[in-house]
Formats: sequence, structure tokens, C-alpha cells
Amino acid sequence: MSTQQPEQPESQEAPKDPEMRGAESAVDEKEKEDGEIDQTTADKSELEGETVLIKVFRYDPEVEGKQEPRFDDFHVPFEKGMTVLDAVMYARDHYDSSLTFRHSCRQAVCGSDAFFVNGKQRLGCKTQMADLEHPVRIEPLPHQEVVKDLVVDMDHFYDQMHTVEPYFQNEETPDSSDLEEQRQTRENREKVKMSTRCIWCGACASSCNIAAGDNEYLGPAAINKAYRFAMDNREPEDVKEHRLRIIEQEHGVWRCQTQFSCTEVCPKDIPLTEHIQELKREAVKKNLKFW
Amino acid sequence: MYEHDVIVVGAGGAGLRAAVAADEAGADVALVSKLHPVRSHTGAAEGGINAALQEGDDWELHAYDTMKGSDYLGDAPAVETLAQDAPEDTIKLEHWGMPFSREEDGRVSQRPFGGLSYPRTTYAGAETGHHLLHVMYEQVVKRGIQVYDEWYVMDLAVSDEDDPNERDCHGIVAYDVQTGNIEGFKANDGVVLATGGPGQAFDHTTNAVSCTGDGHAMAYRAGAPLEDMEFIQFHPTSLPSTGVLISEGVRGEGGILYNNDGERFMFEHGYANNSGELASRDVVARAELTEVQEGRGVEDEYVHLDMRHLGEERILDRLENILHLAEDFEGVDGLIEPMPVKPGQHYAMGGIEVDENGQTCIDGLYAAGECACVSVHGGNRLGGNALPELIVFGKRAGYHAAGKDLGEPEIRTGYGDDVEDETDTELPVQPGAAGLGTTDDVAADGGERTDGSRSSSEARSDGGVVADADGVLEQTVEDARGHVDSLMDKDTGVQHAEIRQKLQNAMTDYVNVFRTEEGVKKALTLIRECREEYQDVYVDDPSTTFNTDLQQTIETRNLIDVAETIALGALVRNEFRGAHWRQENQTRDDENWLKHTLISWEDGEPNIFYRPVILEGEEKTYEPKVRSY
Ligand SMILES: Cc1cc2nc3c(=O)[nH]c(=O)nc-3n(C[C@H](O)[C@H](O)[C@H](O)COP(=O)(O)OP(=O)(O)OC[C@H]3O[C@@H](n4cnc5c(N)ncnc54)[C@H](O)[C@@H]3O)c2cc1C
Ligand code: SF4
Ligand code: FES
Repeated sequence: MSTQQPEQPESQEAPKDPEMRGAESAVDEKEKEDGEIDQTTADKSELEGETVLIKVFRYDPEVEGKQEPRFDDFHVPFEKGMTVLDAVMYARDHYDSSLTFRHSCRQAVCGSDAFFVNGKQRLGCKTQMADLEHPVRIEPLPHQEVVKDLVVDMDHFYDQMHTVEPYFQNEETPDSSDLEEQRQTRENREKVKMSTRCIWCGACASSCNIAAGDNEYLGPAAINKAYRFAMDNREPEDVKEHRLRIIEQEHGVWRCQTQFSCTEVCPKDIPLTEHIQELKREAVKKNLKFW
Repeated sequence: MYEHDVIVVGAGGAGLRAAVAADEAGADVALVSKLHPVRSHTGAAEGGINAALQEGDDWELHAYDTMKGSDYLGDAPAVETLAQDAPEDTIKLEHWGMPFSREEDGRVSQRPFGGLSYPRTTYAGAETGHHLLHVMYEQVVKRGIQVYDEWYVMDLAVSDEDDPNERDCHGIVAYDVQTGNIEGFKANDGVVLATGGPGQAFDHTTNAVSCTGDGHAMAYRAGAPLEDMEFIQFHPTSLPSTGVLISEGVRGEGGILYNNDGERFMFEHGYANNSGELASRDVVARAELTEVQEGRGVEDEYVHLDMRHLGEERILDRLENILHLAEDFEGVDGLIEPMPVKPGQHYAMGGIEVDENGQTCIDGLYAAGECACVSVHGGNRLGGNALPELIVFGKRAGYHAAGKDLGEPEIRTGYGDDVEDETDTELPVQPGAAGLGTTDDVAADGGERTDGSRSSSEARSDGGVVADADGVLEQTVEDARGHVDSLMDKDTGVQHAEIRQKLQNAMTDYVNVFRTEEGVKKALTLIRECREEYQDVYVDDPSTTFNTDLQQTIETRNLIDVAETIALGALVRNEFRGAHWRQENQTRDDENWLKHTLISWEDGEPNIFYRPVILEGEEKTYEPKVRSY
């Protein structure tokens, strides 16, 4: 394939403050569809052979022309099955090699390409262009500091994940040289299964109003990680209590106001709000013991 | 400069396991990875991990299946080590909390996989790799192991003795993707490369965009040979539009392949009368393409994989992830329609030549996981055998690098008196470095070894100074900075994306499942063109913040080197073995080819030589037999 003649991206200014940018779009979107699923303006066959327009957020603190946040327009030739990630990759490889975003697996498992697409947190690789209203607006995750273009700083997210001590803490395991595994019932595996699917994409935390207002709130992903261990029968009771104490702290589960926004955006369909509620109940049960 | 005892490059399954092992052995260890660990490609593995866990199965059967699957190009000491260590290391994963699928009695489940004489593939739904990756990362967090994530490793700091077997690796040079800072990392005891596969050398691949063969290329240019690179596995069931993988677990559970005439072709056209869909991957991939070539493909491109008859309950229990993949990436509901599939590049059996302890011929340089070739997979890897390789050999490399005694290896590495030299294969073009003229050329060259050698040898001729560890490292850092500056300073030329696409197309067109001498030569010619165009490459993005343009430009250079070794291997091995099918020579030639292809980088060009396969195991010798399934 040969490189096409680069098209000059058309630029529009975006709100300067990255926080504002996210908030503004979220409002737009709310008015438009009020939580409904996306309307589709064109089905796949209609788009075949067409060029689709993506409006991509641009910002680079270091490059003079990009210090002022803006949106660039790219016209990308549509192909059947094209995802949002494919579209930004096309724009990068054919029009502007400085367009920057994280991506790797292209199959919804590495969690690196969570973007704010048409006002909603989504994985770029898992979102079909044909399923979106056009033009498609692609921005970095709101409520996170923008490093450059679509890349946000994930350090805070990782720190929160680490706060819940995300590792198995059963020290008394059977001797592995006897090849003796710990028994786990199918039911128990089923119970924790959804929680183990998290790919650390950060979409949930980005969608959560509480997390946006309280930087110390553990956030849905970290609480879900705690759930994954707290509900696993292979860990002993005392460890479970230790975990409940972590999630029960001031900035833990009680902050959640069951708005369900995390559950709505999670690309792995993890019932986050439900898990948080269940941990609240567990915490209450444990506390009752001590009263 | 940073300093640690052991530096592990790459934080997929192999790198994380190596780091944990080195930590257990008491070393101060650091992980340096261009992706945050949980973004590594191991997370995409679906099917499972082979280990002889159950009564009735044992490691010897696992070793036997693996030798047969390898088409007798595996080295028995490595294969036996894999089979012996896998059970304990798999159980260890379980102890660390891995959510394996379970039987009624609470024990871990195992399922059948292609080429296995016993259902020994332990799995966690159809997302085994995701769980393995996360569980291993959790152990790294638990131990407080230092992780430098989003640091791109550019080069190895290796001393410059003429004979690679006498060189020492003292560390690495990496740049911080977030800031653009280039720094040296000194490794007092050893560097373990765990950088994964080179799948991006091909256009249609199941591999992540990050799989660019960086470790292969760095080790190669430092003087460690690449082994058996021609053996590339093409997985029979990838989705046609994206290359996303549909796990072999689908066939393991009873999924059926049909052609356009609705025939179950694996049986009806006699490709594998006993095992059918569960014959090993090379066999099934060739069968599918033959169906398509003979006009029985769907839309002249793919075949159908049907799992509807397994029933919703079983599918949801064991293959749920497959439903999501088929739906998200192909718009197909696997519960009510068959899924379109075709072969896609999937795995590199070859890699950096290492022994059973993960060590290369360069002192202090180790490799583990898909970037290494120990060699357990030989000509063809059995499904479910890569994940145990990560944990078994990742662990061993980590231990050994940290100074733990693992005994004398039986596998030899590097150029020595046990090798046979290549003589008379005619090459269509001059492989290797292009234009070694001006400084700029050198820095942007597709094949220069930038490991401190230039200046330390200059220093030597000046006054006989042999560079010490710090000197080698400092020089490598300086070279890397110069390299980056020269790429950034240029403001016109060719962009990496164009070269990369050309390279990928060349490999997909000519070094695919079916290979001809003429085609492979054509590929080498195109690779040469890519190398020459690369002389003119430039980075458009001027930023030092998260400059992926720069990173991909360097990756593309690595891909060129790696692709060239794949094509060279495919050209010289004029026989048919495992995944390497040559139209002109459709028989396995045991008399001449029970040997590994080795390619090392010497004075700016590839040097090809061979080392015999080791078929003698601990107790018995694996006699080559006809491989039928
Ligand atoms: C879709 C798919 C499904 C699979 N399913 C199975 C299965 O079911 N069973 C099985 O046994 N095998 C399976 N395999 C094979 C197996 O998953 C891989 O071989 C294995 O995961 C590779 O692991 P790794 O640790 O070697 O590399 P990876 O997991 O690819 O990790 C490479 C690491 O190196 C880092 N890195 C690379 N270059 C650099 C650099 N220059 N600087 C710094 N860091 C760098 C990356 O950031 C990453 O952390 C599958 C493979 C694929 C593609
Ligand atoms: S819980 Fe879901 S949305 Fe949140 S990080 Fe995990 S996968 Fe992403
Ligand atoms: S690229 Fe990995 S999740 Fe999208």
C-alpha cells in the first residue's frame, strides 16, 4: 500500500482546560441521547466506499503549535469492520505521524486504548465506526491529565489499584511439589469470574463523578479488584477481613452513590456497581460482629 | 544512570516470571518495559497452558508429544525440562491465585488440544493469558519489584571482543517514552530479554502492534545468533478482517471446520484422517489454504469454524470470550452461525539462541519467552506449549541471572567447533547493512551494531584501553543519543509507516504458509529495498513527549533485521519440516536437515551456520518418525 497524499487536517480550538473539555462533551452528549444507545446514522453498507470524518483532540505541551488544545479533522476512507482505533491509526499512518495514542492488542484485552468517543468512555479497538453517529469525536479520557493528544496520565489509576493490595495473600498453600492445588468450587469461581476480567483500562474511573470530585476515592476498578480477592474462597477469613478494612475506609466503598456510570462504560461488562454494593453489605456484616 | 543486579527487559509472562525468580534468588531486580506490564501481549493468550497434572498423564508423554509436534527439531534437554517443570510451575500459578476453570471436585480443569495425546491443557475460560499476566504482575507488585514502565529499550551495552562468545553484557540503554530522556541501566549480574514475538513483520497477524522483535534485533546486532527463524507458526483460526485469534480451544472442545461445500474437509479430503480438526497447526493451516486455492473456500478467502453444536451452556462455560471476539470483530454470533477463519501469523518458533538456563553465548545476556529459542518448539509449536515455556524458562533465566546454580547446560550456544558452516546458497541481494558512510548513515542504518563497539575499539587502537562496564554503558548511551538526534534532526525523507507496510506485505506475500524459492528471493530483494529506504527515514513529530513516531521508527529498523533472518532461513532450508513448507522440496530431509539454522550478525552482515539437533533425552532418544495425525 502506498502512502496517500497527506490531507491537511482542519483545526478547531478546543477548551483549554482538559477537565473542562471532558465535562463539556459529557453535557453535549447527555442532551443528545440521554444515556440511550448510540443512534446510527448510517449502516455498514451505506458507509462502504465512503470517507468518514473523525474529529480528534490534539494537545502537546511541548510543541508550540499544539500547546493550545484543539480538534483536528481527518477524513478516513471507511472499510467494513473499521473500528475507532483503525480510524485513528489510519490518520496517523497516512496524514500525521505525530498523532499520539496508546494501543497494542487490537482485541480488547490490553486496556490501553480507552478514549472518550462521542462523549462516552469506550475502547477504540472494540468500537465499530459504523455504530457511531458521525462525525466521530475522539478525545482523551476525561478527569485524567492529558500527556499528549489522546494519551492520559494513568499513574493515579495505577496507584489506586495498588492501594487495595492486589495480590493473593494466602500463605498456607499446599506443597506445589506434590502438585496439589487449592480446591475452588465452580460456584466460587463463577462468583469472582466477572471481577477477574478487568483490563485496567481506566474507563470506569474516568466516568465516575465521585472519583472526579474526590481524588482519594479508591474508584470502581480498585474496589472491583478488592472484590476479586475478598470473594475468592481460597483466601482465609482473616485476609478477607483485612481486605474489607481497606475498602471500608473513608474514601472507600461508602463514597459510591450507585450512579452506575462505571458499570455502563466497562468494556468487559463487569457489574461494578453491584460489586461495590455487595462489598458494602459484607462490610456491614463484619462490623455487626464487633458491635 | 540506573543500576540493578538483574534487569529484565519486557514484562509479559516471561519477563514477570523471570523478575519474580530473580527476586526470590535474592537479587535486586528491575523490569523495564515499553508497555505497562498488564498491557503485554501475553494477555491475549486464550487457550491454555500444558502441564502433565493428572494421573494417567506424565511428563514423558508431554515430552514425546512435543518432540513429535516439533517435527524432531526440538532439543530433547529443553523439551524434557519444559515437560518436567511445567506441572509444578503451573500449580504455583494456581497458588498465586490464578482463576483456572474447575471440575466438580474443585480441581483445575484440563482440555484436549491439537497434537496432545492426553487432555493436558489447563485453562481459565478462553482468557488464560489475561489471567496469567495479571497474576504474575500481582506477584511483582507484592514483592515490590521496581518497574520502569513505558521505557523503550533501544540497545544492549555489550563489550566488543571479536568473538561474541567472549563478550559481556553490562546493561541496557532505554528512553523514557513520557519524557524522551535516554538513560543507561547497568546490570551487575545479567540482562534478561523477554520482549516477545516479531509478529509485526507480517501483515495479517494475531500479534499485538507492540510485537516488533526488538529483543531479537538487539541481541542479534550484539552478536548472539538467531535460531530457526524460518519457523513461523500460522494459526489456522484467525478472523479474516483483523487477524484476531479464535482459540484452538474451540476445536479442542469439538468445533468443526467446513469448506464452502459444507464438507468437513479435514476428514473428507484426507488431510488428517485420525485427528481431523485437532491435527497440529501447520497441518490444519495448509489444509485450509489448499481448500481455498482449490476453489472450496468461502468468498475465496476463508473457511468456516462451527461450534454451534456444542450448545450454549458449554460455550458459555468454556469459550465465552470467543463469542465476544467473533461478535466484536467480525459481527458474527457464534451461537447461531459458523465463524469465518483463515490462517494468520501467530508465533515465532525461532528466536535468540539460548541454553536450558536461558543464557545466550554472550556472558550476562539471557532471553526467555517468545523472543528466545531454547528450542522446545522446533519446527512447529503445539498449542498450549508457549505459556508453560514462559513460566518454566522465564523462571530459569531469572534464577540463573541472579546467580543460582542450575547445573551445566547440555545445549551449546554461539559459534563453536560443533557447528557446520553454510556454503553454497545463492542470495539474490546482499543482505545486511546498507551504506556505512557518513555518521548520519551509520546512526540511521538498518543494521549497525550500536553497542559501544565503535568507540571502544577506537579507544583501543589509540591506547589499548579495554572498556570496562561503565565505559561500555556510557558509550552505548552516547551512541543511542546520537542515533535519536540524527533521526530527529532530519526533516524530510521517508516515514517508517510506509517502509513497515512494504515489509509486512513482502513477508505476507512471499514468506507465508506456502513458500517457493523464487518467492523467498523476491522477499529478500524487497527487504533490501526497505533497508535502503530506511537510510532516508525521518521522524516528523518534533516532540520529546510520548513520541510514538520515534519509537515506531526504531521498531521498524528492528523488524527489517528480523524479517531478513526469517527470509534467509526460509531460503537456505530447502526441505519441508513443521511449519516450513517449500514447494520445490515437499519431503522432510532428515539426512541433511536435523539441524538448527543459526544466523549471526558479523561485521555488518548475516552469517549463516548450523548446529545439530539434540535428540538424546535423559533416558531415551527420540527417533524421528513420520508425523501423522
Ligand atoms: C492471540 C494469541 C493467543 C495465544 N494463545 C496461547 C495459548 O492459549 N497458549 C499458549 O501456550 N500460548 C498462546 N499464545 C502464545 C503466547 O501467548 C505468547 O508466545 C506469549 O504470551 C509471549 O509472551 P512473552 O512474555 O514472551 O512476550 P509478551 O507478552 O509479548 O511481552 C513482551 C514484553 O516485552 C516488552 N517489550 C518489547 N519490546 C521492548 C523494548 N524494546 N523495550 C522495552 N520493553 C519491550 C513489552 O512491553 C512486553 O511487556 C498465544 C499468542 C497469541 C498472539
Ligand atoms: S473495571 Fe472495566 S472499565 Fe474499569 S478498568 Fe476494569 S475493565 Fe476498565
Ligand atoms: S488495543 Fe488493546 S484494548 Fe484496545
